[in-house]
Amino acid sequence: MDNTKKLLEIKDLTIHYVTVDGTVRAVENLDLSINAGETLGLVGETGAGKTTSVKAVMKILPVPPAKVISGQILFKGEDILKKSKKEMRKIRGAKISMIFQDPMTSLNPVMTVSEQIEEAIGLHNPKKSRREIKKLSDEMLETVGIKAERSMDYPHQFSGGMKQRVVIAMALACNPELIIADEPTTALDVTIQAQVLDLMKKLKDKFNTSMIMITHDLGVVAEICDYVAIMYSGEVVEHGTREHIFHNALHPYTKGLFACIPNLYEDEKRLKPIKGLTPDPVNLPKGCKFHPRCPYAMEICSKESPKTAMMDEGHMVKCHLYKEGMADGK
Amino acid sequence: MLKYILSRIMMMIPVMLGVTIIVFSLLYITPGDPVDALLGDEATPEAAEQLREELGLNGGYFQRYFTYISKLLQGDMGICYSTKQPVSDRIAQTFPNTMKLAGLSLLVSVTVGMFFGTIAAVKQNSIFDNIAMFLAMIGNAMPNFWQGLLLMLLFALQWKILPASGFSSWKHMILPAITIGTSSAAAIARMTRSSMLEVIRQDYMDTARAKGQSEFIITIKHALKNALIPVATTIGMQLGRQLGGAVLTESIFAVPGVGKMMVDAIKARNYPVVQGGVLMVALVFSIVNLLVDIFYAYIDPRIRSRFE
Amino acid sequence: MATQSENIEIIEVKHRTQLQEIWRRYKKNTRAVIGLIMLLILIFSALFASVLTPYDPLETNYSLRLEPPNAEHPFGTDELGRDILTRILYGTRISLTVGLIAVSISSITGCTLGSIAGYYGGRIDNIIMRFIDVIMAIPGILLNISIVAALGTGLQNVMIAIGISSIPGYCRIMRASILSLRGQEFIEASKAAGAKDFHIITTHIWPNAMAPILIQATLRIGGAILACASMSFIGLGIVPPTPEWGAMLSTGRDFLRDAPHLTAFPGMAIMFSVLAMNLMGDGLRDALDPKLKD
Repeated sequence: MDNTKKLLEIKDLTIHYVTVDGTVRAVENLDLSINAGETLGLVGETGAGKTTSVKAVMKILPVPPAKVISGQILFKGEDILKKSKKEMRKIRGAKISMIFQDPMTSLNPVMTVSEQIEEAIGLHNPKKSRREIKKLSDEMLETVGIKAERSMDYPHQFSGGMKQRVVIAMALACNPELIIADEPTTALDVTIQAQVLDLMKKLKDKFNTSMIMITHDLGVVAEICDYVAIMYSGEVVEHGTREHIFHNALHPYTKGLFACIPNLYEDEKRLKPIKGLTPDPVNLPKGCKFHPRCPYAMEICSKESPKTAMMDEGHMVKCHLYKEGMADGK
Repeated sequence: MLKYILSRIMMMIPVMLGVTIIVFSLLYITPGDPVDALLGDEATPEAAEQLREELGLNGGYFQRYFTYISKLLQGDMGICYSTKQPVSDRIAQTFPNTMKLAGLSLLVSVTVGMFFGTIAAVKQNSIFDNIAMFLAMIGNAMPNFWQGLLLMLLFALQWKILPASGFSSWKHMILPAITIGTSSAAAIARMTRSSMLEVIRQDYMDTARAKGQSEFIITIKHALKNALIPVATTIGMQLGRQLGGAVLTESIFAVPGVGKMMVDAIKARNYPVVQGGVLMVALVFSIVNLLVDIFYAYIDPRIRSRFE
Repeated sequence: MATQSENIEIIEVKHRTQLQEIWRRYKKNTRAVIGLIMLLILIFSALFASVLTPYDPLETNYSLRLEPPNAEHPFGTDELGRDILTRILYGTRISLTVGLIAVSISSITGCTLGSIAGYYGGRIDNIIMRFIDVIMAIPGILLNISIVAALGTGLQNVMIAIGISSIPGYCRIMRASILSLRGQEFIEASKAAGAKDFHIITTHIWPNAMAPILIQATLRIGGAILACASMSFIGLGIVPPTPEWGAMLSTGRDFLRDAPHLTAFPGMAIMFSVLAMNLMGDGLRDALDPKLKD
């Protein structure tokens, strides 16, 4: 992989939440990268640190309690963590934008949808007149499938799926290079989920935007992602192409995730959930964080945390079961 | 919107009617005969009887209430026993003073309260927040008549910077306005803070940040407008508190307002004045709450759309 | 039957841990604990006023008029030579009594009215709520003095007046709780099982609506103490020689220039008690409803 092509590269990122009840190790030694035009799926359970990681990319983490302990976030080769507030404001919305999980709460209830889209456009196009901005906003609404005559309506007048379309319009308004979508379909009805996902896929291709898609739904990953990173307790435990993950999952946790999905073709009596609970982030287990729940746990797992092993071109895993150079899939 | 305002005004009518019933009933059961108070002990029974007829004091409860309300509808609030003026004249003389005082203190308390409440929320748990909330706590607990006396002691009696009583210049308004406004400022600051804290944790704040908007504009444009909805209720309630607080404050600073007029009237068993004063205050208070509701509908489209 | 008794046990256990949980959260809040300590001081003063001070709150002594604070009379003496600290300690009894009884009157009446309005709805709801609107249209202190003017001054009437004027808060809270609970499944289930309305209200709805009522009541005790003092201050509450803080302030006013201690200390006592109740109320709110905590 050519380093210069990388749009976003997260290196060794560690973020803690310092609270009175203790330090929450939300993200630890996270490495991730995404190339222009690609879609990366970030998969993991609630509390795995997915949202924290991407909010760090946007630099909108609440500080305090959040604290970036170490690491770099390189966007087109420049470290975002070193950028000033003012420089960062020029990146947010214009170069990187974000779609939030719950469209019910991510729109301001006392502003019309148009005002909210116009705000995004106006901030990054200070020379445009109000009429031009309004026109762009209407176009954007039409692009996501909302009639322009509804632009003066307020969020509460739209359904959940429609609101998410508005949020998407807002995120795409300035034609960003990277879109971060934080579980954009989780809060929606199943039928609407497919429509919204479809729309995102189409628009992503149309604008040739890169995308980080946070989800815990492997179905979404299969639909839209080129690459997949599996997160567990603040770190990436497996990273590879969609094919790697779906056809040749290595990490016991990834395997566990797939075992949770009912298979239409096999007559399964019951699903096999991963035993145990996500570890308490204040009190993470020593060694590999997954070992208390891992069916293949060995002695070493509770003592040393595993190193990243590159198993195949672009397929890496963090597990003591695998050593670099071993044939893929044992 | 117009339909909404009209429906709210219609709702005010039974409430005001209810206020007249309460005020009338309370004074109906009040012991003592106003005729004796008016004429003195040496009045002839005939003269007393005639006056009773004139004042609508004869007959049973319903008859008297009916007389009272029909006179009221014609703008006749009765005669002040002590000055022999129509009550409406006395209210016209005193009410502007009370409104000036309440208006000034409301203005000050809204400005101070919202300013400190907003900063306290944005800088939550900072020293500023702690000090502001400590002051608000004290301001809320301090009896305003006591505060009034202390202010008078310091500023008027000790340092002689401001006049202690009367209402002839703007200087006279300062101490009473501070006295009335302090607890309101405290209440508004606390409400603004908690409402802002609620709002700044909403997802749409992050949405605005993700657009690249600056924190200052986010606070003003996105947060404050949403936070204002519950704060508006508090402000409306505060005006009631200030009109009520005027009763005490006006007595302390000898301000010729409705509050002082009513206290004096109660002590002198001057019932028509009490009735008129309470009615007037209730009317103004209801109108303010109506304005607050209209303001709600103005800033919150969710409420507005319920009436469209 | 067996399963039923099992259920009851489970509920009991849960209830206890819930109380412990509330207490645990309450304890963690320094300001709330300070409020509780302040309230304990007030209760202690009220109960042991006669032991805490050698003086009588009513006995006058003209040779000791208007003494400034000194070793024998830490808060000084008043215009009739009575020890001010003693009068303040005895005043605690009156203030706490007014606070407690006025709040009891208003919370019981308010909750009952609110329950009826919320549960039955329709015309009766309309009548009750219009009545509440009327009370709310008159600022509290004005309603208080109007009621006292009609009934006459004195402790009992002051408590009634304050009690009546604070009914609306409870009524509205209770009604809102009931409206939000009424549609819920456990109420429907209870109805389907043939429970009487009274039973449903008292066993299912009240416990669930308790938290906001308790918070309101705590905060309103402070308000009642303040209202009582205000009324006495303008001579329409509790009248001298009863050692009531507001009445003491009212007398102190005449000696403001020469003997400000007559004014200073009763005012502080009022502020102390109102502050105690407000701190406790805020603490309770945070402990009972962690969602609302900042």
